[in-house]
Amino acid sequence: MNNGWQKRHLLGIQGLSATEIEQILTTAASMKEVSQRPIKKVPTLRGKTVVNLFFEPSTRTRTSFEIAAKRLSADTINLTANTSSLTKGETLVDTARTLEAMAPDVIVVRHSVSGVPHLLARWVRCSVVNAGDGMNEHPTQALLDLMTVKERKGKIQGLKIAIVGDVAHSRVARSNIWGFTKMGASVRVAGPRTMLPLEIERLGVEAFDRVESAIEGVDIIMMLRLQLERQDGAYFPSTREYARFFGLDLQKLRQARPDVMIMHPGPIHRGIEIATEVADGPYSVILEQVANGVAIRMALLYLLLGQGNEDTNP
Amino acid sequence: MKIRILNGKLIDPGSSHEGEFDLLIENGKIAAIERQGAIPKQEGETIDAKGLAIFPGFVDLHTHLREPGEEYKETVQTGCNAAVAGGFTTICCMANTHPVNDHGAITEYILGKAREANGVHVYPIGAVSKGLQGEELAEIAEMREVGAVAISDDGRPLMNGNLTRRAMEYARNFDLPMISHCEDKNLSSEGVMHEGYWSTRLGLPAIPSASEEIMVARDILLAELTGAHLHIAHVSTKGSVDLIRRAKERGIRISAEVTPHHLILTEEALQDYDTNAKVNPPLRSEKDRQALWQGLKEGVIDCIATDHAPHDINSKNVDICQAAFGMIGLETAFSLSLRLVESGTLSLSELIEKMTIQPAKLLGLPAGTLSMGSPADLTLVDGSRTFRYYASLGGSKSHNSPFDQCEFKGKVVMTLIAGQVVYTEKKDDKKD
Ligand SMILES: [Zn+2]
Repeated sequence: MNNGWQKRHLLGIQGLSATEIEQILTTAASMKEVSQRPIKKVPTLRGKTVVNLFFEPSTRTRTSFEIAAKRLSADTINLTANTSSLTKGETLVDTARTLEAMAPDVIVVRHSVSGVPHLLARWVRCSVVNAGDGMNEHPTQALLDLMTVKERKGKIQGLKIAIVGDVAHSRVARSNIWGFTKMGASVRVAGPRTMLPLEIERLGVEAFDRVESAIEGVDIIMMLRLQLERQDGAYFPSTREYARFFGLDLQKLRQARPDVMIMHPGPIHRGIEIATEVADGPYSVILEQVANGVAIRMALLYLLLGQGNEDTNP
Repeated sequence: MKIRILNGKLIDPGSSHEGEFDLLIENGKIAAIERQGAIPKQEGETIDAKGLAIFPGFVDLHTHLREPGEEYKETVQTGCNAAVAGGFTTICCMANTHPVNDHGAITEYILGKAREANGVHVYPIGAVSKGLQGEELAEIAEMREVGAVAISDDGRPLMNGNLTRRAMEYARNFDLPMISHCEDKNLSSEGVMHEGYWSTRLGLPAIPSASEEIMVARDILLAELTGAHLHIAHVSTKGSVDLIRRAKERGIRISAEVTPHHLILTEEALQDYDTNAKVNPPLRSEKDRQALWQGLKEGVIDCIATDHAPHDINSKNVDICQAAFGMIGLETAFSLSLRLVESGTLSLSELIEKMTIQPAKLLGLPAGTLSMGSPADLTLVDGSRTFRYYASLGGSKSHNSPFDQCEFKGKVVMTLIAGQVVYTEKKDDKKD
């Protein structure tokens, strides 16, 4: 049975339509059901090979993809930057050719430089899934965020979301800006001006200097992880000052609606971008986000590879 | 040895020729420029230029030949091959070789290689600072004595204002222009493209316009202080054009060049993370591009220069942050620039002026015009022919062009240096 999915790669949310996002979310909901069965495995992708190609360490995302692939019975190969085939001096094209020899069906790629999945997609025959590229996109994170919001709020259309922190360097922020705006939510961004990129408004968002005003009246607050090394680039003076003026604590939270939902892509710097009482508080859906990650990744692998597997739909 | 070039349309702004003229070449020099039919039949060769334009060989003030040091990217010889394929007969090569062209022996080495090549006049540009380190002055006078025509630390911007000042004073002393690659390295930092909407959208580290403009402003003030001739390389922003315009109005000795790629492409060219569109200065916004057209038209920007920057495939088949800056440009310069004529911004004669006599004058080169007795360095161009450009079929050793396989109008058909045919278009090209 053809599942109706047309795209070969998932390089970003930017290239998806609202209908396609909807289809992924619907598929993910049925995948979540698989994960709740006593035997969490279906034969859908038996005989398919998923390569996890991680140039940047990320246990969370890699594990999530690996679990997703295994629940669909695909074989997985993990390659990280320190394995021999990804030695320094090898060009990306060399890497692509090496991978081609393994005849994978999907390459899941994470890289510290924006655009690497796009370049890779040009050189390989299989599907490429972006598991985070530089500051550009982290589409599966945005999809799982959309899924979590949809589960909690019953809809995305018409909601208000504030994305707070280092927007400039955040692929999570970019993917979520694309995702939430495409799905009809209105998006605000806030953070120190050093971390709001030029002309961000042209992505269809409203930019705020102060966290307090950005979170006023919103349905969702998404806090971004602060990369501590940004202090060296003069993006902020100290973690102490950052926490006080841009971190989410109970004090600032008073500006928000009582039913506000708080998200964070993890891992959290407790006491910096988000106070512990807030992270562990009743509004936080951080653990649900992790659970939905597996479902979203199963859905994607299924949509990209499931075509033609008549008898094995979940 | 005599050659007649008949039935062509000569455009030579340097000698104010524009129209149907026949040329007689004797012993490599122009012996006659006459109304069509006026040159009697002679012994020797005849080139029928019917339907073709005849231009003085183009002059490029900004070429990177990679010899010595990176001969796998380009040699003096392959660079000269690329030059003639693009209609250039005179090129000035930047000092960022390995070792750097910062003393007379290296200058002489490059000139020696050029003598073994196809006849293209190669004028080396000496380094400003030893090893392009921006710390001590290079041996500028000695390089000039050997044949350097300007000084520049292109590729390694001079961050030290005091050294820049001293270099200008010293250059003035020896009547050499100082060519400035204007970039504040602290502001450009790790940037790979122009900072603006597209860098925000693509999530790439970016270079603000201010990185260039601050240094243009600094160098203008230093040119005013020292009285040196300052030439601004590859102007890329509207702000720079405005600064140069005002400096010229104030009578400061300043000139400027723009590359064909900055005239034609914008930051949008990076949208698929094409490493071949990664250049320094970066491709800017549409607003900047329009200001460059305007600046060129008004004469605020004096000439077109290629910034031909060959890189091997391994320097480009990597992620965009690791990829080298630069694209080749000698072979596409004319076809790209012709779009300014097509759009009505420049007349053909104005364009040719900016590719021949103007750049030659800026550095005082004996080139760029065809008067009686001058060397017969010229190029024949079919201005109406469309063709597909294949970077891999060109003269350059490297193929790093974002224009690979693009359709162009206006093709260089033949190039002569001192009356010798040094380039004829390959037969295969005609299929397209
Ligand atoms: Zn330069």
